[in-house]
Amino acid sequence: MDIDALTGCFASAACLVTQTTSGLIIGMLLFLVAVGLTLIFGVLKVVNFSHGAFYMFGAYFAMTAYQLSGSFALAMLCGAAGTAILGLIFERVFMSRVYGNDVLMQLLVCYAFVLIFDDVVKIVWGPEFRSMGMPTAFQIPPLFIAGGVVPPYYLLLIGVALAVAAVLGFSLARTRVGKVIRAAAHNPGMVSALGINTGLIYGGVFALGGMLAGLAGALAAPVRSLTPGMGFSVLIESFIVTVIGGMGSILGALIGALLIGLIRSFGSLGFPLFTEGLMYLFMVIVLVARPTGLFGKEVA
Amino acid sequence: MTELQAERGGDLSAPPIDVKSKRLRYIDLLIAIAAFAVLASLPFLFSSKALLDFVIRCAAFGLFATSLNLLVGYTGMISFGHGMFFGLGAYGFGLIMQRTGVPVPVAFLGTLVLTAVVATAIGAICVRLKEIYFAFVTLAFQMLIHSIILSWVSLTGGDQGLRGGIPRPKFLGIDPTNHIHLYIMSCALLVIGLLLMRQIAQSPFGYTLRMIRDNASRASFIGIDVWRAKLTIFVLSSLFASTGGIIMCLFVSGAYPEFAYWTISGEGIFINLLGGVTTFLGPMVGTVLLLTLNDTVTRLTEHYGIVLGIVILFFAIGLRKGLMDFAVEWYEARRGDKERAP
Repeated sequence: MDIDALTGCFASAACLVTQTTSGLIIGMLLFLVAVGLTLIFGVLKVVNFSHGAFYMFGAYFAMTAYQLSGSFALAMLCGAAGTAILGLIFERVFMSRVYGNDVLMQLLVCYAFVLIFDDVVKIVWGPEFRSMGMPTAFQIPPLFIAGGVVPPYYLLLIGVALAVAAVLGFSLARTRVGKVIRAAAHNPGMVSALGINTGLIYGGVFALGGMLAGLAGALAAPVRSLTPGMGFSVLIESFIVTVIGGMGSILGALIGALLIGLIRSFGSLGFPLFTEGLMYLFMVIVLVARPTGLFGKEVA
Repeated sequence: MTELQAERGGDLSAPPIDVKSKRLRYIDLLIAIAAFAVLASLPFLFSSKALLDFVIRCAAFGLFATSLNLLVGYTGMISFGHGMFFGLGAYGFGLIMQRTGVPVPVAFLGTLVLTAVVATAIGAICVRLKEIYFAFVTLAFQMLIHSIILSWVSLTGGDQGLRGGIPRPKFLGIDPTNHIHLYIMSCALLVIGLLLMRQIAQSPFGYTLRMIRDNASRASFIGIDVWRAKLTIFVLSSLFASTGGIIMCLFVSGAYPEFAYWTISGEGIFINLLGGVTTFLGPMVGTVLLLTLNDTVTRLTEHYGIVLGIVILFFAIGLRKGLMDFAVEWYEARRGDKERAP
């Protein structure tokens, strides 16, 4: 434990800025993964335990696309589109068979795919650490804000995540598709009776969730190392985020992700070995106080 | 019929059930003794050390998985953090032996007391939560304990685990360093543990748990304290999981962070699915299946995940139930056919 480092950081503006930005990018990546998880849970009532695998695939797709084409934009697109297709197939072929079964079967189908996907990545890309490298467009000197170092790529990352949050929030609340999705979350039988293809909505929501996780993976690829199994720690953290924020709530996912990001970045100063423990502790505290999470509604 | 008569009616029909369950308990005891006799005779029939190792691992994981079934199958509480008690058993026992040098039985009891205290504290928080939240909070506690083990290096050795061997002094004429003695002891613990859990499952309390699983609000209406019953079974099952951890600790003469990692819980759930949660011995069958599968697959291919994943999919999407569930249904269907036939 190193409380002095933590209090020292709070006294210095430079350190505050650096730690806050690093907390924000952790939080924003987590948000992208967690919001997909929370959407899928909200509409399909399924906890997608294999969500981390989509994050992993997004990163690997982006890396391969970048190495082949050298275009950063194409890499992001491949990461997002590839995982969207994967999500659609996964939902239609496998998950749709276990709806309405008990939670145990759903968890197990996902668990099976966590194992399979990790091995597939090992076979295709190899078991060793890989890295995509920072795209040339972002190899420019970092910005200095109040003495703190902020790499420009971080700003892009934060911007993209905020844009996704805004677009998602707006479309769910205001557009026709958003209304149909919310209706399907509330009462799929009635929506189906009104002549709307709920299977399509389920598949679409799952693909959207997978796409967001894939986008997060693609965005993370230049700044993190890629390994098979990289999805798992992200999965656990995004679970914590959704549980803290409240299952099914997008705003909750955003707030939860930012809180976890900040806990991680500041916790690593004060409690370098117990950073993960701090997150679990925080989750326990929130759940004891509010079992449905900060923004969750009581599930009937 | 008045309420009083209804109550009497209930009393009148009660004795036959009691008689039946008492007879069943003798049968349980006989089966347990027979099973122990068979297991104990194995070392004299086969000289394979690998077979004995396999049975010891089955004992450790079998106790763990069966105790998880008390939660998942009997009470409907899907715990995704049951492995924390397995890890706690291994670390608790290992630490007590390394630090204090008390005799094995004392350390054993000490570990169980420690587990009970921790399980009561965690259970008190968790058991009031519903299905999926319960699963996640237990998972979070599991990871909390795992990160405590990793970060408290001076006590637990961090990611290296408890090294330097666990002292295993002789007690009551049993020498845990002797492979055969350790084997017999593990078998005894397994059989006693299973018998005790069977008693819990067949007791009135066990039937209360089934009722809570089927309809918690109705159970609460007839005056059952659901929270207390759930907490009780949470703590009881943690004790058996901890015993599994103790066997593992004695077997490998150490304790490693993987024992407290979430994958142990995942495997426990998987074992339960594999064997089936509707029969008492389902998890035991699942344990033998999974360990056999593990050993064969890792010997044949390095793509362990793909093979295991496909097997899980086969059970989850294909059969939709465990092997024992399947066997029981098949047997009952066949018997039904026979009875219908003239």
